[in-house]
Formats: sequence, structure tokens, C-alpha cells
Amino acid sequence: MKYVLKKTGLLLVSLLLISVLAFLAFSVIPGDPATKILGTQYTPERAEQLREELGLNRSLVERYLSWLSDFVRGDPGTSYNYFIPVREVLSGKIQVTVALSLISWLIIVLTGLPLGVFMAKEQRPRLGRFGIVSNQVVMAVPPFFMGILLTYFFGLILKLFTPGNFPGFEESLPQTLFYLLFPALAIALPKAAGVAKMLRSSILKEMRLDYVRTAYSRGNSRWDVIKNHVLRNAMLPVITFLAMTMADAVAGSIIVEQVFALPGLGRLLLASIGNRDYPVAQCIVVMIAALVVFMNYLADIISQYVDPRVRLN
Amino acid sequence: MKRRISYLLIACLMILSLASCTRDPKPPVDPAAPGKPLDGGEITVAMYSDLDSSLDPHESGNSAATREIMFNIYEGLVKIDSEGNIIPALAESYSQSESSDEYTFKIRPGVKFHDGRQLEMADVISSLRRAAGLDSGVALVAAFSAVKEVEQIGDDSVKITLNAPDTEFLPRATAAIFPRDIDPVTQVCGTGPFKLTSRVVQDNIVLEKNEDYWGTPAYLDKVVLKVYEDGEALVMSLRSGASDMAMRLGASQIAELDSLNIIEGSNNLVQALYLNNAVKPFDDARVRQALSYAIDKQEVINLASDGYGTPIGSSMYPAFGKYFMPELTDYYTRDVDKAKALLKEAGYPNGFEFSIAVPSNMPPHIDTAQVLVEMFKEIGVSAKIELVEWATWLDEVYTQRKYQSTIVGVDARDATASDLLSRFVSTAADNFTNFNSAEFDKVYAEAKASSNDKEQTELFKDCQRVLTEEAAAVYIQDLASFVVMKKGLEGYLFYPLYITDFAAIYRTE
Repeated sequence: MKYVLKKTGLLLVSLLLISVLAFLAFSVIPGDPATKILGTQYTPERAEQLREELGLNRSLVERYLSWLSDFVRGDPGTSYNYFIPVREVLSGKIQVTVALSLISWLIIVLTGLPLGVFMAKEQRPRLGRFGIVSNQVVMAVPPFFMGILLTYFFGLILKLFTPGNFPGFEESLPQTLFYLLFPALAIALPKAAGVAKMLRSSILKEMRLDYVRTAYSRGNSRWDVIKNHVLRNAMLPVITFLAMTMADAVAGSIIVEQVFALPGLGRLLLASIGNRDYPVAQCIVVMIAALVVFMNYLADIISQYVDPRVRLN
Repeated sequence: MKRRISYLLIACLMILSLASCTRDPKPPVDPAAPGKPLDGGEITVAMYSDLDSSLDPHESGNSAATREIMFNIYEGLVKIDSEGNIIPALAESYSQSESSDEYTFKIRPGVKFHDGRQLEMADVISSLRRAAGLDSGVALVAAFSAVKEVEQIGDDSVKITLNAPDTEFLPRATAAIFPRDIDPVTQVCGTGPFKLTSRVVQDNIVLEKNEDYWGTPAYLDKVVLKVYEDGEALVMSLRSGASDMAMRLGASQIAELDSLNIIEGSNNLVQALYLNNAVKPFDDARVRQALSYAIDKQEVINLASDGYGTPIGSSMYPAFGKYFMPELTDYYTRDVDKAKALLKEAGYPNGFEFSIAVPSNMPPHIDTAQVLVEMFKEIGVSAKIELVEWATWLDEVYTQRKYQSTIVGVDARDATASDLLSRFVSTAADNFTNFNSAEFDKVYAEAKASSNDKEQTELFKDCQRVLTEEAAAVYIQDLASFVVMKKGLEGYLFYPLYITDFAAIYRTE
């Protein structure tokens, strides 16, 4: 319990630090929201007026504190680019990113784990080597490139879906989920390959231990040994890895959303940084960071639950 | 080990062969003979990015992309047609005082706003006063900063009084008019042929036909603008049929779209290597001339944009018919020896180094920069490309003028010669190149003061000549712009400004 409390405290501190860092980062990168809004019609008088309206002429500390107090009360402010509440800008975008991340995470779990077990079990040298090499190649392909390959192959050649025609949840739920399958694959394949590789080596490491020899000596087949004895131990590092993969899936969706023309958080984040629309960017950064930190937290808690030795460190 | 490597190689080759779908440049197809226009229908238009500024029509002048769309929604007293003529819009007629400092507009009766309300004089007055900043003190529409007073004359006319005579005010009387009681920052309500019915940020904008339009109504019932935020995804959507049309594509993109109608036009931008005239070595005209002699414009166009584009020689593009001077295009022709001699004269016998800031979201300018770097090498000048984000460009290059050189395309907001020339007046607030020539200032002032159109045109041409002779910038081209529409869509009109007129587009089958 003490362990959980300590970790929860750390979670809150990291979140606060992240929000400070994001705020600082946005204030040091070049480009000023007022000059961006005014574009080529800039005049010093109008810029001054705008800074006043947006509250940009206050000190950094003042701005941060007022942002923080609004944010914890549930008001992330107003967009500098669209002049509507940030909450309204984000509405609809969160669902897309969450759905995409969840689907890709499911694909990672459902393909990565069986594949890892299969690769550890497989002893035919040719097949095994082919598995390792192709696994390595898939792991090395960045999600955006995988996305382009998938759109060409499934979209333009096989015509399974229409690239660029994302229906949206309100229009048709099954079609939307089907469309999301392809970007989810682009995110999941390299990660699933990573999980498979990790599980395989974790199993092979366990296979060298004494209890395995004992298990063999009782007449078990290789498959029985893996299934009944090794897998449980080999899964320990993989479980924490899987929790963190959830955060990776969210990060991957930021890039892949561009390729598949998905109106999600990632695309909005990149556009709002480009537009110096800090209220929107800040809100998304804090949300994504919160998710990553929370997943790490969850991984910590899970790993100490399954392996109480962790608590001692 | 050896075998492992060969497996890897095979796998890599498989991926590469999938990815290398070759792009062979094909000439754009001329649109088929125009078919009979049909009323009605809905189209999806693919856009590169969401409108990146406020939809407030007085502020949206800040972004060409927003202006391009808002043209369909809001109207001013006058508007421009595709030939570049100024035609009556919400004013049905107008007159100009002898001294060009008073303009009177008679407001068109029976015009309805998109919300069904009647256009009233009070709406006209409040909109124009807001644009000119008469009540707030700061003009929102830069061209309206010269307005001294806006007043109602009789029942149906409005008089605009200027601080100083200006013969070019009429083409600028395009500032939008909207109902006096809306907040234009959050509500969109104009009088144009299309009304905005919904917008989802970073996703889509829906325009629907204004059934009560006072003028020639639109053919299409609905135009959905879909945001892609990625060039590759945009082209993919056209190929897959998810979108029906896209504007402002580059030469490299149309190569993959030959099953669609491709129409070539121009972007109406003055693309140039803009030099900061206030910093060394560009404070010396001979250095700027040397750079102009170093490049071969046609070769730049061939290499950077597959041969599409029109070379230009001064701050004016061909769509501005009467002001454009084709003879200036070849004022500097590539001459390496002359360029080297000029550099030597200016005190740089061994050349120099400089950096070119290019907005990272504008591939045509990046391509041009790469070709220029190679051409400058031959005269001993080494240039370095520095990619900057657009927001950084606006702040550091355009506003603070902290740069050596940059490649961008400069556009005109309204159809006036001044829109492309006034920024070179030494004291102009938007003179981001810090160009400083007493001769230019004098000729420009004379041109503005002239009330004779023919004489004024000649004076504006003299302005351009000064810019060319002084090599204010290394002028390159008016970039080609391609419009892609699926078969069965026609009617796209190229305006001399950065505008797309959706009301003109129709289906034929």
C-alpha cells in the first residue's frame, strides 16, 4: 500500500513538471501567436491590441499560474487560432485517437504474444530463421511508412477501403472501426514484432533454467513445458512492456493520423504547434503525457503485484 | 551469418519495390469541351490544411488560404471577376469625387443575409466602420486604414472619405459586410452565393448554396471542404475517389492523377529570392545584380517544377495584364563572368556565404532553393538552405526582419498594382526586404498621386523597372497551379487573385 501511495505521489509530481516544461517549451520556441494570427497584415498597433486581448503581455509565471488554475478547474481556455473554447476544438478528436490506440493495442497483444510463443517453440532452423529475420524487418519499419504501404496495397490495389474517406463515428460505427483497422495495423505491426521478439527471448532465457530441465525430466514435451511452466515466468517483463506499449500506440497515432487523414488528436497537435495555438497544444501535450505517465504507473503497480520482489528496490 | 544477411536483403527489396511507384511527368490534359451545366449536386474538395486563421472576414485577410474560401461566403461593396474587373456587389453603383478622396456607393436593395434578414444601411455602416477601426482606433483591414469617415447619405447610399486622395481605393472596397449584431469571430453570416453551415476544426467545412442569392446563383447545392494536412494523403484521396477536386497542386503531384481532369493555371504569386537589403552583402546593389545574373529562370522552372511556371522579372505577375512587363523578364540573363566581375567590383572576389530561409511547409519554394544553391556555386557564392516553420518565418523574417534572404511567393490582396509594389517604399510597414531607393519612393508617390489611368499605369511600370534595375530581389517565377477535378465537373475559373469561385463550378452528367 505504501508502495502504491509513493508511486501515486510521483505520478502527480511528474504531471505538474510536464505541464511546466510544456509551457516553457512553447514560450522559448520562436514565433509569436500574435504575429501568426496577423500574418502578412501585421501592424504593431494591432499586434499590441491582440497581445492585450490574449493576455500575452503578462509575465510567464502569471500566465502559467492562471492557466493551471483554470485547467484543474476543467477549463483549458480558448484557442488562439479558431477563437472557440479548446474543449470544443478537442471534441470528437479524442474518440478517434482513443479508438485507434485501443485497436492497435489489441492487435499488438493478439498477434505479438502468440507469435512470440510460436517463434520460441519453433525448432525447424529454416522456418525459425525466416521468422526472426522477417520479424526484425517489420520491427524496423516506421509506422508512417507502414501506413503508406498499407494504403497503397489495401486501399488502391485491393480497394478494401477508400483512403482519405474516414466516415466518422456518427455516420457509421462499423465502417469507422473497419477504416481504423488499417492505421491500427500500421501502428501495431512494428510493435507486435517487438513484443514477439521480447517474449521469444524471454522464453528462451527461461528455458535454460534448472526448473525447465526438471520439467523435461518428468517427460513433458517442449510445448507442455512452455505452456505450463515457462510462459508464466517469461510473461513478467512482457506485461510491463505491454502497459508501456499502450503509450507507444498513442504516440504512433500522432504520426499515422496524418497518413490516413484521420481527424484525431495527433493531427490537431501538429497543426496547433505550427499555428502557435498554445492553449490547444498545451492541453493535448498534458493529456498525452498524463496517459504515458499513468501507463508507466500502471506497469509499476502490475509488476509489483505479480513479482513482489520489485517492492524492495 | 551470410544467409541471414541475404534474407534481410530480400525482405528489404520487397518493401522497396512496393514503395517505388515511379512518377513519370506527363503533360496536363486540357479540360474536355465544356458540357452543358447541370444544377445541383454535391462535391468534396480536398484541402491541404484547415483554414489557419480566424473566420472573421476582416481578419481573414491575414491568410490567403482563408481568403480563398471566404470569397464565396462574404461580399463587400464591390468584388472582382475572373477577368480582374471590379464589378458591383452589395453596392449597385458607385461614384468617385474629382479629387479621389470621396467615394459614394448606392446600396443594392433586396439583399438578404444567410440568416434570412434583410441587408440594411446600418449593417453596411457598422461593418465598414469596424474594418476601418473608426471606433476601436485600429483598422482591421489594412487597406481601410486610409479611411477617415464612413457616413450614410440619404436612404440608400454610403460615403467613404479618405485621409488622402487615392485612385486605387475602389478595388479595395471589398471589405466584408455582415449583420451589425453578430460576433463575426464566432458567427459566419454573409451575403455570398454560399453559406457556411458547419465546421469541424481540422476535419471539414460545409458550404451550402444560398438560395436567396441576389446575383447569379451557384450551380452546386453543397461543397464539402475536407482537410488532409498531408500532401500524400490528399493525392491518395483524389486517386481513391474520396474527394472530387483539389486546388493548387504542384507539378509533381499531378503526375499520379492522370485519370482526372487537370487544368493548369497560375498561383498569382511573385516567387523570388527576397534579399534583406539592409544587411551585408546585400546592401550593395552590385551583389544583388550578381545573384540575378547567376541564375537561369527557365532552368530553375525546368528543374524545380517540371517546366511549369512563368518566369518574371519584377514584382508583378502576368495575370495583372496592363501592369505586367514581359520585357523585364530577360533583363538579367545568365552570365557567370558578368556576375563574377560584379562581385569583384563590390569587393567580394572570392564570393561569400549566406543563408536562405525557406518556410518548411512550402515544397515549391524548397525545390527552387535547391536549384538556386547549385547555380550560385558557379559564381563562387555558397548558400545554405535553412528550413523554418511558417510561424517562425512570420515572426523572425517578416516582422522582425532578422534574416539574410528568403524564398516565398508574395500575393496581392486586391487587384491593385500597389498591392505588389507598395511594400518596396522605404518607409512601408511591410517592407520586409528593407529596400531603400529614393528613386522608387519618388516614382511610387507620383503614381499614387496621378489621377490619369494611363499615366498612372506608366508610372507603376517605372516602379517595376526600378525594382529590376536595382535588383531589389532575385525575381524568379509565377508558380504554376494545377486544379484537379474528377470527370464530369467543369467551370473552374482562374482569377487574378488567390481565389476559388465555387459558384462557377458545375456538373455535366
